[in-house]
Amino acid sequence: MRPAGRGELDSLYFSYPTFAAKAVPELDGIASTHKVTIVGAGPIGMTAALTLARYGIASVLLDAKSTFNDGSRATCIARPSMQIFDRIGAVAPFVEKSLGWRHGRSYFRDHQIYRLEMPHSDDEKYLPMYNLQQQYMEQYLHDAVTAQPLIDMRWQSEVTGIATAERSAMLQVTSPLGSYALDSAYVLAADGARSPMRSMLGLRLKGENYEGRYVIADVQMDHDFPTERRAFFDPAGNPGGTVLIHKQPDNIWRVDYQLREGESEVDAVREDNIRARVGAILDDIGHTGPWALEWWSIYTANTLALDDYRHGPVIFIGDSAHIVPIFGVRGLNNGIADAHNIGWKLGYVVNRWADAALLDSYTPERRGATLDVFANAKKSTRFMTPPTRGWALAREAALSLAISHDFTRGLANPRQMQPYTYADSPLTRFPARDGEFTAGPVCGAAAPNVRLADGGHLLDQAGDGFTGILFSANTPSDEAADLLQDLAAADPKFTVHVILDLDGAIASTYGAGANTFYLLRPDLHVAGRWRSLVPDEVRRTLAAGLGDSAP
Amino acid sequence: MTETATTPTTPFDELEQAYEALAQAIDRAGPHNEAVFLAKLALTLGQQLGSVAPFKEAIAMALQDLPARGGA
Repeated sequence: MRPAGRGELDSLYFSYPTFAAKAVPELDGIASTHKVTIVGAGPIGMTAALTLARYGIASVLLDAKSTFNDGSRATCIARPSMQIFDRIGAVAPFVEKSLGWRHGRSYFRDHQIYRLEMPHSDDEKYLPMYNLQQQYMEQYLHDAVTAQPLIDMRWQSEVTGIATAERSAMLQVTSPLGSYALDSAYVLAADGARSPMRSMLGLRLKGENYEGRYVIADVQMDHDFPTERRAFFDPAGNPGGTVLIHKQPDNIWRVDYQLREGESEVDAVREDNIRARVGAILDDIGHTGPWALEWWSIYTANTLALDDYRHGPVIFIGDSAHIVPIFGVRGLNNGIADAHNIGWKLGYVVNRWADAALLDSYTPERRGATLDVFANAKKSTRFMTPPTRGWALAREAALSLAISHDFTRGLANPRQMQPYTYADSPLTRFPARDGEFTAGPVCGAAAPNVRLADGGHLLDQAGDGFTGILFSANTPSDEAADLLQDLAAADPKFTVHVILDLDGAIASTYGAGANTFYLLRPDLHVAGRWRSLVPDEVRRTLAAGLGDSAP
Repeated sequence: MTETATTPTTPFDELEQAYEALAQAIDRAGPHNEAVFLAKLALTLGQQLGSVAPFKEAIAMALQDLPARGGA
């Protein structure tokens, strides 16, 4: 919502473009079967389209709106999402505009009781977190989409019906220029938390709703404080409630505050109430200058997900598949990982480089990640918005002790998004090989980055396909050379890197010795690793990554 | 924020479980009995500590930083 007198898209700092509906062949009765249609051109849908384009796969991208999402919505981009934007060639404007950060503070009343310091090392290419308003994210991804001839972007195109068969889906699309049927082998539903696609297919999210309600407001002000996450428990500016404050580009500050028990939602979102509550909070943090209200919304924490992210040819990505609480910033980031995960898999399947069975790994991997998010989010939500008297009193005790003692401070840890490890992935065939290592990323984990002598990074050298990393001081053995040849024959995008320096930073980060081999997936998670190369197991691991479901 | 050495310490993940068990137990006791429940819990822990010195230390810690206007 916006202040009285300003339209829905009337922002203080962002000009919303208007995108016209496009004359498309289907309107002239020229029907063709598309390989992939993506419903919803938010950050998740566009990331999926750009990932597919990386593999040469054309897609139709539909959005019912004529412009980007209103308001700033998601604001925190975690490191793994920046890595993905990097992989799809869209990261530069994100780095340019966003505000990177790695620290936070939690306060109880007047006392600082927790200092958040997110893990970081000089080997990383990106910081743990970046703040950027969602409409900028959409603008930058849309610029990349526009520059990509493989993506057929269709604004003002609403899906009004769907009929699915085993191997294709027929979408009914309505635009101001007319209605048409769109035939597609696969459909990615990226149409958000209230997903019409989900409703049309009669699918329901399942899970829990939490009691606590928050107002999310963006204000514009000159306020001198570093880019950090600030959490206030029971502050004078919102007695009995919690407040979160984040800095965003363009002098925009995100203020989240918890509503009091019994406070009506209708009253809470009235502009005069928003102004009074936000004013008290700004006063409390020492802001004395002018401020302007940009946008606000109301929010309740939920942990909801589909049982299966796939329904025949329709695959759900992002909020259409799962809704997670905002604490810990996993909504957008979890969705970006969904888009990238299905993107490379579908790219491989549509290109016939992999068997369609590869798609069966999407739900277990990404729903597994969501359940992990739920476990963390449940704890952070109970701390941010204690659901009962017992939780409120226990939190009060923990926070009061935290003023002078360290031992309860960890309970105030916001459990920010960390990369997820695909521990039980069907693509990991030999997890027991982890036992041979004393260091390095386990099977299913995201591969760690290493800064190279030339200032570049190890993961920049990975291609779009599976990547082999062979540690060998000498010319690879005949056995290794044969294996690499086989891998390249099986995966046309396969690349290999031979690390000659067995005493260097890469070998140490990967816990590697002579003849150690890592096989990375296209999303740079570890498919398998061998302290000493076992060619047959590597072949079988790549086969699994290409959809071979034989054990 | 001073560091206080408390002996012997419970690992963080177990402290977290204690926190959760406490929250749920207060709810089970109900609003009318929460104070007497918490006093019983403290006394039981005092007995299990084996000596009175750490119990007195814990009392001092818990009395510290109590809010002037009353808490939750």
